[in-house]
Amino acid sequence: MIRLAFEFFKIGLFSVGGGLATLPFLYELAEKTSWFDVSDISNMVAISESTPGPIGVNMASFTGFKNSGVLGSIIASLSLVLPSLIIILIIARFLNKFKNSRHVKDVFYGLRAASTALIAAAGLNIFKIAFFSAETSAFSYKYAILGVILGLILWKFKKIHPVLLIVLSAIVGIIFKF
Amino acid sequence: MSLIIKLFLAFLRIGAFTFGGGYAMLPMLQKEVVEKNGWASEEELLDYFAVGQCTPGVIAVNTATFVGFKNKGILGAISATLGVITPSVIIITTIAALISNFLEYKVVMHAMAGIRVAVFVLILSSVIKLFKKSIKDLPTIIIFLIILVLSIFTEISSPVFVVLAGLAGFLLKRGDR
Repeated sequence: MIRLAFEFFKIGLFSVGGGLATLPFLYELAEKTSWFDVSDISNMVAISESTPGPIGVNMASFTGFKNSGVLGSIIASLSLVLPSLIIILIIARFLNKFKNSRHVKDVFYGLRAASTALIAAAGLNIFKIAFFSAETSAFSYKYAILGVILGLILWKFKKIHPVLLIVLSAIVGIIFKF
Repeated sequence: MSLIIKLFLAFLRIGAFTFGGGYAMLPMLQKEVVEKNGWASEEELLDYFAVGQCTPGVIAVNTATFVGFKNKGILGAISATLGVITPSVIIITTIAALISNFLEYKVVMHAMAGIRVAVFVLILSSVIKLFKKSIKDLPTIIIFLIILVLSIFTEISSPVFVVLAGLAGFLLKRGDR
């Protein structure tokens, strides 16, 4: 179990830029240890994407569980987030000290535009995944109609909580056999 | 209610309803962090996302850490971080233990297909709100367009864009002085 913690600490330290960045490290783990196979990984990815929560954490929980049950999933997840917790705390402290600096403000002026662009790009990716049927890869009008309806609801009820839309869409998905 | 507990619970909700990766967290963050509790502004969320792209770790967790720290120091950071990962650990452990063929349940597939649509709509509306806060003049429009196009059509990784944009911001604004 110590090895579990150590390996996920390493993954947490070296995966930069999003949950799926953990994948190469997981493949390595699959080969180096007997905790799980390479074929388990795509299953784990699919489940991680279908359940709430950050993908990286889902993967860690899953792997940890396969290794050592409930305790394993807790330890793997905590080990995964510990490096970034420490690093972010250091950065946040640093930013706090310098946040009124002209230079820092200038840098963030550029960063915000970049962030928005990256999120918009991710949104386009999600468009591809959301509106094209998983089985036939064809554009689905059913999904599009739901999208338009949700968009209208959001437009009309600006203060609506995202959770409601998610639950609603899940129910619609089930009823209409999306 | 103690702020630490409030942070934990808010991020518990956020973690429980973020489907499909870090960016999908954005609408929940805007609702819980910005609108309901005023723990950060939309500009600050963008800042955290930008930094989170360049640092190791899961972006959802990094954002939680930032918001928690800003509002209640180290304890706040730990509380928010634990909050956001707890639903994952519980749900995944349950699924792994009990439902070995979780993915094959039709109900799950249908629900997920619906949820993916909702995630897109929510992110779209988030992007619109963020756009208004971050894109205000010609330089930012240019930065936005260039990065958008490049990230769609190339394999350049996000941290590169963030660093270049930061540099651009620094250099462009310096010219103003």
